[in-house]
Amino acid sequence: MKKFLKRYAFPIVMALALGALLIFNYERGVVASEKTFYTIKEMLFVIPPIFVLLGLLDVWVPRETMVRFLGEGSGIKGVLIAILIGSAAAGPLYAAFPVAAVFMKKGAKFSNIVLFIGAWSTTKIPMVAFELASLGPKFAFVRLGLSLVGICIIALIMHLVMKRNEVEQIYIKVRDL
Amino acid sequence: MGISNYILYGITLVLVIVSLIKSRKKTKMAFKKAWKALSNILPQFLGVIILVGVVLAFLDTETISRLIGQSSGWLGVAIAAVIGAVTLIPGIIAFPTAALLIAGGAGYMQVGAFISTLMMVGVVTLPVEFKYFGKKFAIVRNIAAFAFAFVVAFVIGKVMGEI
Repeated sequence: MKKFLKRYAFPIVMALALGALLIFNYERGVVASEKTFYTIKEMLFVIPPIFVLLGLLDVWVPRETMVRFLGEGSGIKGVLIAILIGSAAAGPLYAAFPVAAVFMKKGAKFSNIVLFIGAWSTTKIPMVAFELASLGPKFAFVRLGLSLVGICIIALIMHLVMKRNEVEQIYIKVRDL
Repeated sequence: MGISNYILYGITLVLVIVSLIKSRKKTKMAFKKAWKALSNILPQFLGVIILVGVVLAFLDTETISRLIGQSSGWLGVAIAAVIGAVTLIPGIIAFPTAALLIAGGAGYMQVGAFISTLMMVGVVTLPVEFKYFGKKFAIVRNIAAFAFAFVVAFVIGKVMGEI
């Protein structure tokens, strides 16, 4: 029980905050509850298949394959694959983190991981149609093209800022997740 | 449920069946791993989702449009970037929302910044990112992505003839 409370401290505190909002500002509280339930519903749809795919990936894809495609020495091919997989993925940014963690566990290179997260967040192929329809081709293509450059710059920055032992720490950390 | 969700489910289902045919034991192991990974991060996910609900209750499209109007300039861009950074809406809703913002009087460069940070910066998802990659990684990545939103705003502003 105590362990459960400790593990779930963050959602419990947030639920209490939502409860307080409902008491002190009923209207906003109702809006907040609606948004929360909407997102939970969305999460219930998107998250389970992503984690099942991760489980399958973990069990079936040998480490050598991952290293060959995304690991050290995968070069420009690795860069392109990382961006392509990230762009093709559906789901919110926070769903990219567990996927990235499994990639790292299997031996993907750090800079490719950062590229993958960047692509997942911003150059989303499943979303292109929505962006075109909502904001027009000029806006959409300029933003997408620019974002491709941006995620490469961000990957470069991460590469420069993160020290070798800090990166190693992350690789150790994701092993237990 | 959007089309990409159907594709996601279709692919997952096919792969699970293939996996089952090849080895039941390994499939069982895959599901065990999936469940372990999910239950590990579930508290963070839930907390973040409620937090987002509360934040969004205070930020409706009307309020945002007023803050980031066409004449709001770089201050508007900064406000848009901050709002995008602290909110988290699924892409399917984000783009129509952006269109609504523009219809409501927001400028393209402000919306460019908003979309950029909305997608790349996750202040409310930081607890999740910390858990996976540690504080330094998450903070540097988010700051870099936040700064990049201003580049997007500048280029979009030029292209759309706002500056």
